[in-house]
Amino acid sequence: MKKIITVIIFLSGFIFTNQLFSQNQNIKIIDVPQLEELMKPTSSQNITVINFWATWCKPCIKELPYFVEAQAEFPEVDFIYMSLDFEENATRADKFALKKGLNPKGLYLINNLDYNSWIDKVSPEWSGAIPATLLIVDGKKFFYEKEFDEGELTSLIKQKLN
Amino acid sequence: MKKLLALSIILTALFAFSIKENGYKVGDTARDFALKNVDGKMVSLDYYKDAKGFMVIFTCNSCPYSVAYEDRIIALHEKYANKGIPVIAINPNDDERSPEDSFDKMIVRAKEKGFEFPYVYDETQEITKAYGATNTPHVYVLDADKTVKYIGAIDNNTKSADLADKKYVEDAVNAVLKGEEVPEKKTKAIGCTIKWAS
Repeated sequence: MKKIITVIIFLSGFIFTNQLFSQNQNIKIIDVPQLEELMKPTSSQNITVINFWATWCKPCIKELPYFVEAQAEFPEVDFIYMSLDFEENATRADKFALKKGLNPKGLYLINNLDYNSWIDKVSPEWSGAIPATLLIVDGKKFFYEKEFDEGELTSLIKQKLN
Repeated sequence: MKKLLALSIILTALFAFSIKENGYKVGDTARDFALKNVDGKMVSLDYYKDAKGFMVIFTCNSCPYSVAYEDRIIALHEKYANKGIPVIAINPNDDERSPEDSFDKMIVRAKEKGFEFPYVYDETQEITKAYGATNTPHVYVLDADKTVKYIGAIDNNTKSADLADKKYVEDAVNAVLKGEEVPEKKTKAIGCTIKWAS
């Protein structure tokens, strides 16, 4: 009997920790100051791509494979995926992003619904529609409010690298 | 030489056209339209003889952020229509690119939610382009002379009306009713792109 109880305790402990592990998310929930930090250039010669997306945004999802392609082609480029899902959907966004092959280290969710207070900080050109993508090259910002077609992002990065 | 001159003129014209900012700015006069409502009738702003203004709202069925604001759009119409400023909702999306936003689906949605205001379809997207709407939901508050008084978001919290501490559209409409200056004339919000016909 004791043995059985020990086994049960052992097993339930195992299941419990396992659940804890699966709840461990890659996506980091941030506010505006951290977003501003991410938009700062870390070094010259550095390219950062920040894609604004959400699980509910169909055109965003359509262009994600092209970002994954670019990730593979340019390991030296930082790829950041800024989810605009609500905070309570962070787990869903995280799982979705991993399934799509997005760089796990670049997953963020901005939890600030006062959009008017920060959209212009990303770019004054941004209307607020998504998908939207910001390229930061040598500290210069290039903003694109559009859905990228196949190959468009990779050729854009190539052009900026030269 | 003549050819070159012609070419340069064309190029200049193209360039000028492409950098011209599209759509209305606050202070511009908005154009009227005749768009088909979910009840089958055509709707025009001039049709409202005694209107003191309008809340022209570009919105649709398919965008979750539009859906999040549906009840607030209904409430805005309830609050201000009898004061002379009704909501006119315009669906700007191409139904081939976004089948959820077809005219038939608009009829269904309007019935489900009991819209008391017109929900019209900008099938050619001509009005959406003229206004310069970029995302849904996107609001244009006009006064009685169709002067644009406010462009932007409904409030500053997409998730919850109760948590919004800035009610941009209400403030703009109240100002128009009192003949005062609109406090915040232009705001931005996250939304879905307009689905343009390809």
